[in-house]
Amino acid sequence: MTALTALRRKDLLAIADLSPEEISLILDTAEAMKEVGERPIKKVPALRGKTVVNLFYEPSTRTRTSFEIAEKRLSADTLNIAVASSSVVKGETLADTALNLEAMNPDMIVLRHSSSGACHLLSRICKSAIVNAGDGMHEHPTQALLDAFTIRERKKKLKGLKVAIIGDLLHSRVLRSNIQLLTKMGSEVWVCGPPTLMPAGIAQFGVQATSVIDEAIADADVVMLLRIQLERMEGAYFPSLREYFSVFGMTEARLKQAKSDVIIMHPGPMNRGVEIASEVADGPYSVILDQVANGVAVRMAVLYLLAGGANDEAAA
Amino acid sequence: MPTVMDADRIGRTLTRISHEIVERNRGVEDLVLIGIRTRGDHLARRLARSLRDIAGHDIPTGALDITLYRDDLMRQAVGPRAIVRKTEIPFSIDGRKILLVDDVLYSGRTIRAALDALIDFGRPKNIQLIVLVDRGHRELPIKADYVGKNLPTSLEESVQVYLEESDGRDEVVLQQGGAA
Repeated sequence: MTALTALRRKDLLAIADLSPEEISLILDTAEAMKEVGERPIKKVPALRGKTVVNLFYEPSTRTRTSFEIAEKRLSADTLNIAVASSSVVKGETLADTALNLEAMNPDMIVLRHSSSGACHLLSRICKSAIVNAGDGMHEHPTQALLDAFTIRERKKKLKGLKVAIIGDLLHSRVLRSNIQLLTKMGSEVWVCGPPTLMPAGIAQFGVQATSVIDEAIADADVVMLLRIQLERMEGAYFPSLREYFSVFGMTEARLKQAKSDVIIMHPGPMNRGVEIASEVADGPYSVILDQVANGVAVRMAVLYLLAGGANDEAAA
Repeated sequence: MPTVMDADRIGRTLTRISHEIVERNRGVEDLVLIGIRTRGDHLARRLARSLRDIAGHDIPTGALDITLYRDDLMRQAVGPRAIVRKTEIPFSIDGRKILLVDDVLYSGRTIRAALDALIDFGRPKNIQLIVLVDRGHRELPIKADYVGKNLPTSLEESVQVYLEESDGRDEVVLQQGGAA
């Protein structure tokens, strides 16, 4: 048997680093983890005695809660550090905060940071396993993994599916991780958004780029909406939110052009009436809440597999 | 590689164990079968068929993956670690008599992990252990209730169970060297 059974890496920094086999291993492991979450006692002793620090430099409800539940279901000891109440407000650098935390000997650090590459910095200076929970406009690997898990759960495959990703392409780390993952797994990826929010040279990542939404949606198996990230926008990228909705908003009428069994995804938090109409978000094609549920299982898989990987290095 | 059990012998052994189960439990009421993945799972399904032939009705059958409960999980170097597979116990085990099935009983550590896992699913009336081969060398106070074959082995030997469902043939082999 040559099937991959462990992640041979210390950290999960980016989907770009992962092989298709590693991605499949994470998704397969997540299926077993999902079952753990459906038991009367939703806890297994796999990470007993491991300490995981959740270090969040950006506000997050979904991702932080999801990681924390995942850690607790694996019996790890968890510690949440929200920056508003930490010494960061007293001027401590990220590297110093990390080294001080590391002095207390945690096994893993889950980091969310507004600067792209923050996790790579920690990876170089820390012994602990680093899990990227979103770094600036770079990557959000566990989001892409849970998206892939949700697609695979519904469609039974990733290869050959047409996936349309629509919205704020420029500022989205979810987009970058998803493009990496879906193209590696053989999906046909279309990206669509206003030309002002289209990253330069995006076509070189092996995707079809368009600003015509009907082209992107036509016969799509999966439509993924991305949030308009007003907090990251410094200029005027489009005239108004209402105009954005009228041109790019996902409505029931537009959705008719997709396949009849299309699924609608959104990484959250949603701006209803901007990138997605309420009747679509709450409609029968929506798997948005499945994504949230699956996030816990996928993060359990990542934490479990990385805990083994770190151990591999120690034993080698 | 001496064959210690061939296909016929494995078949007869499972039939014999099925009769023992019915005798000892005075029927099949409240019984459930749970196999430890992966070969215990196959054996549990065969026992379910055999018990249906004898007693006339279906015994709920589930599969248990014990990887997340192993005591060496975070101690061993990664190497050829088992993939975590799905546990499927689609029924309540509260008050039921569980027939826990595995292929080879050796140190007893797998069974310890399985007992811990089962307790997380509910409070069974009792748990009875069925193994196809008991090769000795226990490291924990664990004993099987139904044994297909007692096979004295040395620590240098390994016992490999091959089953039609996963390996394309039914055979139990005693090998020199290697761990199992």
